Amino acid sequence: MNSAADFYRDEFARIATTLPGSALPWLRHGREAGLACFAETGFPTLRQEDWKYTSVAAIEKSRFLSPPPTANGVAPGQIDAWGLAGTQRLVFVNGRYQPRCSNIGALPAGVTLASLAEVLGRESERLEGVLGPRSDPYPSGFAALNQAFFSDGVYLHLAAGVALETPVHLLFVTTEPGLALHTRNVVRAEAGSRACLIEHHVALGDGAYLSNTATDLVVGRDAEVEHLKLQQESLKAFHVAALDVDQQQGSRFVSRSFALGGGLGRVDIRVGLNAEHASCTLDGLYMTDGRQHIDHHTRIDHAQPYGTSREFYKGVLAGASRAVFNGRVIVHADAQHSDAYQANRNLLLSDNAEIDTKPQLEIYADDVKCRHGATVGQLDPEQVFYLRSRGVDEADARALLTFAFAAEMTGRIDMAPLRARLEKLLLGRLPERVKELV
Amino acid sequence: MLDIRNLHVSINDKPILRGIDLTVRAGEVHAIMGPNGSGKSTLAHVLAGHEGYTVTAGEVRYLGRNLLELSPELRAREGIFLAFQYPVEIPGVANIYLLKAAVNALRQHRGEPELDAVDFLALVKDKLKLMGMDTDLLYRSVNEGFSGGEKKRNEILQMAVLEPRLALLDETDSGLDIDALKVVAGGVNAMRSPERAMVLVTHYQRLLNYIVPDQVHVLAQGRIALSGGRELALELENRGYGWVEAAAGPAGGGA
Repeated sequence: MNSAADFYRDEFARIATTLPGSALPWLRHGREAGLACFAETGFPTLRQEDWKYTSVAAIEKSRFLSPPPTANGVAPGQIDAWGLAGTQRLVFVNGRYQPRCSNIGALPAGVTLASLAEVLGRESERLEGVLGPRSDPYPSGFAALNQAFFSDGVYLHLAAGVALETPVHLLFVTTEPGLALHTRNVVRAEAGSRACLIEHHVALGDGAYLSNTATDLVVGRDAEVEHLKLQQESLKAFHVAALDVDQQQGSRFVSRSFALGGGLGRVDIRVGLNAEHASCTLDGLYMTDGRQHIDHHTRIDHAQPYGTSREFYKGVLAGASRAVFNGRVIVHADAQHSDAYQANRNLLLSDNAEIDTKPQLEIYADDVKCRHGATVGQLDPEQVFYLRSRGVDEADARALLTFAFAAEMTGRIDMAPLRARLEKLLLGRLPERVKELV
Repeated sequence: MLDIRNLHVSINDKPILRGIDLTVRAGEVHAIMGPNGSGKSTLAHVLAGHEGYTVTAGEVRYLGRNLLELSPELRAREGIFLAFQYPVEIPGVANIYLLKAAVNALRQHRGEPELDAVDFLALVKDKLKLMGMDTDLLYRSVNEGFSGGEKKRNEILQMAVLEPRLALLDETDSGLDIDALKVVAGGVNAMRSPERAMVLVTHYQRLLNYIVPDQVHVLAQGRIALSGGRELALELENRGYGWVEAAAGPAGGGA
């Protein structure tokens, strides 16, 4: 078999002209730079500190193919069940925007909401600074591949002071096994603007494929952005996601990430509190079973004074599944009066499940308030006994307590349709009798 | 109703109960008293089916059946109720839903239809008033953020709603001020009936001023060292437990 680098070089040669913006020299240059970087670095290996618990050898071996740019025949009815009420909906099928399945309603003045491909076609200058060749190194081979191959994604721009009250639902649907999908989202929220996005990954069928997505977000001065994510990929899928956030003065950013699907999932969230008084909340819940492997790596850089970060991830692991949580918080020397809190709590429901949790605080400023902690445990036997002593079956008691553990995270979602959807998904894992308890 | 014969119980191979004999008939209220570490709470937990304890010898018959064979949930459905000394907090599960599940588990076990929502709520609100509790406690997570007194009241509320045949009250008076104690005792007294038996586990005789027992037993070194009427509790109040312990002999002696 030829090397991964050769394979992706051949793939690029095969489909480069079908990718959006292929006529733009700067973009072509940017894509080639990504490909060159990948040829040099390849996929991450277990020898790299950040990847030592997560082997992506299966992705390398799988030789997933880029999807054809043609229409895929998905009918709106096939994806309606994933819709969320009261949203602007953009549907991407196999990495390409599908206007037929999407529903963008009236937008306030100052909001640009469109597919990346469309913006590259009509106002490519908006994206040149973001999608052109980058000067700093790619964080991993996946980022480099995404740069070379991204086929579409959302572009959201909010002019200063504009509030987009309707949440934006980005629904990424994969319909076939064997595909490699590289999607890219670009969000720019100017000073004082406000928006909420839901990034949602689903599949028709249960095949293996690679979904490699990258989201690039700038939250301007005093702006407020919420990024909600629901990962429901097929249980054989590989899901690799990056979220990069640049926060300006007084800005607020919230990320809530719910990982329920995927055979192998890897999420990297990097938030830079790059000006004073910026604050971020990173919440997450991963629920794994069977042989699933879900890895969350987060990094928060307190680069300037008076930043606040709140991070809380919970995990529920059953079967022979495995999860990784690595949360780095770096308080730089200039970031006096930073306030950071980080916690990771895990529930192991089986002897064969495994969690590797590593909260990391690195503090280079002296006047800061930082706390962190991680716990790994089983259900509390006293809680189980209490419920049983009231007549509740042992299995029901365990299911109920597991639900309650996870529901703490869904309860934090303000967006009601998504909260209801997630609660329904969690309830779906409960025995009938227990459902009336919650 | 309850017949305990030569019950021996260990925790992690450490003997706690060393031969308990006790008979409780329907309609009776028994108080189990004793110094800390005498095994009072262990007895209550073993009867409710806690799995942290190992029965090494003896037997317990409840309504003619071998109680020790039953799971905790089956014991509950057969009418045994343990009011916990330290009621457990269960975040994420609303108080009222646990009550409802408990009531319906009982009814299903007896082959009765589930209570409809209106009847259930009427029943609960009636008992809530009896316990002097606010309605909003129903909709909060079980015991989460409850004060010590609220937790104890909540236990008796559950008992009042579930109407057990055999109620085991473990140190229900601990941590209660006198007003709360009166309310809790009132709730318990309201439930005394010829069909129901109660076992009160308590360190202090204070509770027995409000819930007058038919019999008092003193536990020392894992055995019932002394039994008597209500006056025994008063004597313990005056003389302490030292003389009973001395009479019971050294710990570790055979049954």
